Amino acid sequence: MNELSCKLLIIGAGPGGYTCAIRAGQLGIDTIVVEAEKPGGTCLNVGCIPSKALIHAAGEYEAIARAAVGRNALGISTATPLLDFAKTVAWKDNIVRRLNSGVAGLLKRAGARHVTGRASFRDGKTIEVETQSGRQVIHAEMVVIATGSEPIALPLLPFGGRVISSTEALALTEIPAKLVVVGGGYIGLELGTAFAKMGAAVTVVEAAPRILPQYDGDLSEPVARRLTTLGITVLTGAKATALVADGSALALASSDEQTSLEADKILVTVGRRPVMSGFGLETLDLDRNGPFIRIDDRCRTSMRGVFAIGDITGEPMLAHRAMAQGEMVAEIVAGLRRAWDRVSIPAICFTDPEIVTVGLSPSEASEKGFDVKTDLFPFKANGRALTLERDDGFIRTVARADNHLLLGIQGVGAGIAELSATFSLALEMGARLEDVAMTIHAHPTQSEAFHETALKSLGHAIHI
Amino acid sequence: MAERVVKLPDVGEGIAEAELVEWHVKVGDAVREDAVLGAVMTDKATVEIPSPAKGRVLWLAGNVGDLLAIGSDFVRLEVDGTSEPATEAAKLESSAASASAKKSDHDASTPRVPASEPSHVSRSQPSAASLQHTGQRSLAAPAVRLRAREAGLDLRQLRGTGPAGRITHDDLDAHLARGHTGTTATPYQAQTAVTDIKIVGLRRKIAEKMALASSRIPHITYVEEVDVTTLEDLRAKVNGQKQPDKPKLTLLPFLMRAMVRAIAEQPHLNAHFDDEAGIVHQHAGIHIGIATQTPTGLVVPVVRHAEARDLWSCAAEVARLAEAARNASATRDELTGSTITITSLGALGGLATTPIINHPEVAIVGVNRVAIRPHWDGTAFVPRQMMNLSSSFDHRVIDGFDAAQFVQRIKLLLETPAMIFIEG
Repeated sequence: MNELSCKLLIIGAGPGGYTCAIRAGQLGIDTIVVEAEKPGGTCLNVGCIPSKALIHAAGEYEAIARAAVGRNALGISTATPLLDFAKTVAWKDNIVRRLNSGVAGLLKRAGARHVTGRASFRDGKTIEVETQSGRQVIHAEMVVIATGSEPIALPLLPFGGRVISSTEALALTEIPAKLVVVGGGYIGLELGTAFAKMGAAVTVVEAAPRILPQYDGDLSEPVARRLTTLGITVLTGAKATALVADGSALALASSDEQTSLEADKILVTVGRRPVMSGFGLETLDLDRNGPFIRIDDRCRTSMRGVFAIGDITGEPMLAHRAMAQGEMVAEIVAGLRRAWDRVSIPAICFTDPEIVTVGLSPSEASEKGFDVKTDLFPFKANGRALTLERDDGFIRTVARADNHLLLGIQGVGAGIAELSATFSLALEMGARLEDVAMTIHAHPTQSEAFHETALKSLGHAIHI
Repeated sequence: MAERVVKLPDVGEGIAEAELVEWHVKVGDAVREDAVLGAVMTDKATVEIPSPAKGRVLWLAGNVGDLLAIGSDFVRLEVDGTSEPATEAAKLESSAASASAKKSDHDASTPRVPASEPSHVSRSQPSAASLQHTGQRSLAAPAVRLRAREAGLDLRQLRGTGPAGRITHDDLDAHLARGHTGTTATPYQAQTAVTDIKIVGLRRKIAEKMALASSRIPHITYVEEVDVTTLEDLRAKVNGQKQPDKPKLTLLPFLMRAMVRAIAEQPHLNAHFDDEAGIVHQHAGIHIGIATQTPTGLVVPVVRHAEARDLWSCAAEVARLAEAARNASATRDELTGSTITITSLGALGGLATTPIINHPEVAIVGVNRVAIRPHWDGTAFVPRQMMNLSSSFDHRVIDGFDAAQFVQRIKLLLETPAMIFIEG
């Protein structure tokens, strides 16, 4: 049997794994990364990237379609647009392909070896990989587990046939006429909105009293209004129970009635769970933290020389958290002094409008015992938002009342995902409201709303 | 019949491998459920691995002394019926792990969960609850935090001068310039800087040899007081009347001659112990190593065939070798091959030392400073020139009784130096 050895072995080439491998390679560490699928993980292959491609295509199509039916204030009219969805999918797949080869190239350039196959722990420092050319044994001094997460299925609605997960939704080759989305979280709403814009009749079924239950009502409200505008039906307080007998519809139970919804496809997005099985993890008996692997502030597990990063280590399951962990672990393996000390992990919901959250919400800050000042500035008073025909949403700051230190920044608005960077920077640098107020924000931009929020919180807003 | 694999469980200390120290069974043995199959040792404890089932041993993982990876196959058993090896192995692992956790101090290796990680299972909606501006956390920009971490500095020691108490680069610079002194003015400054000095060359060789000797040899050290008044009188007289071409006699040649006489009675102290082969090589020739401090570190030149040298020859050879060692002209042959060693801190004094045996020898004699001390002669205290001998022995092959006998013999010879020279 072919045997390899290395200093650092990474299981999984998702955002956490490949970032760890590249950084380790840069630091001169003999590194092997093992991945059964194409590099990039959920994010690149069946998550962030393809979904954002579809969301963009859907947005473009929807804008043109709106112009075609005369609902256009800009004076643009067009003939009825046609969506060649096969071409859209090909374009999306091409982006994914380019990024796949990009990651492979980056790994190679950093000097990290890439083994394609399914890894399985033989013991604490040896794994076996089933490759196309046979079984490969790899011995390592240190191991990083970065196996990521997978969609959760509902027991009475197992994936298969009409019932699909986000992975299958991103691989659809035609727009379903009737799409039911089970779960009103960010994944379901992002995809549901995109398919609605491309012509599907979309119904969202959410068991909680409102959509996006993880966000506060102020943030989810503009999204809810927009869903209505786009013609999406939202059923809250409703629970999907099972398929009806002939499989063509979804049975629903709400507090007072039983109904059913006809559906060509039923997209179940009720959450994701860490991938903990299928690679011999049970033989290591690592300490757990609920369903996740327990790690310390250096991503070390309970076994010496074994690290874990990314979704398998807990919430928030976000690619950029995994990337930051991967980079840190590579540096720790290289002997550098590092520990997790990030102030905040930004989170973006790519719905329409987008939601950005960084740091503490007003209620979280209060729960932590802070006396806070909370203010928001609406895009209705922002010139740039008006020129973009999107005056819905706002930016909100949460600051300590005593010294004005920013504890959290949230926003909801069309295209404000890019503002997450400035929000994160402000928190990570320890900015106060005065720092934001004293920074010139270019006019006309949506970021002026951030400046105005700080001014308003300090009692001297200009444009409101 | 079926085969059941018993895997080496995680013995609970966060380690990746453990040393096999004992087999309680051999291939072909019938074992009962819960009978001990073998034992592995970690840094902290020896853990016995029980059998998960009744059966017959088909295969064992290795030999005593082998390092086995956690989770690797430990024993294969032939058992009745159809087996569920994974279930059994997992069950065993958890029971063994919990058993060993009780034995070991687990605190140091138990990781803590970052405060930002929610412990409940939830949907994959992003959490905003990751900010940690709490009372314990220092407020500083990422670059300041990174610099502090690399300097091994806890930022909570600093008081920031920036807005909202933010710690600036200038605050950090000032703190580091003060040598990590904290924020209060005090003449006693805590120093936390660490200077890393790579151990190379002779120092590395010495370090390796000392570590080898200290880790492999269980030392017994025996300290005895010797009255060298008579010997010192004799030495003074001889040095006063010596021929100009003769070297000045120190105490060392007398000690060497005394050792030669003592070894004649206890030849097993002039030996090498090959512990891997389990053999003591007892040497007829007495080659005495003299531990010598040189500008670059400790070396041990060897006076060969001390049994064939008289006092003057011993003295001349010691002087020649010491000079060669100090000016780094000693040859490899002159620095190897000793069968027993003398170490002396000489004028630096000290009441007693704990000499490390010059591996693979089995004995070392340490000389402490000669000093005038009061001695009770039965009726009164009288001033005598006294010296301690601190001698270490390899307790694996030298018993305490033999060690004491050897030192007592040397004591007798040194206290009555004429006996050193009486033949027969």
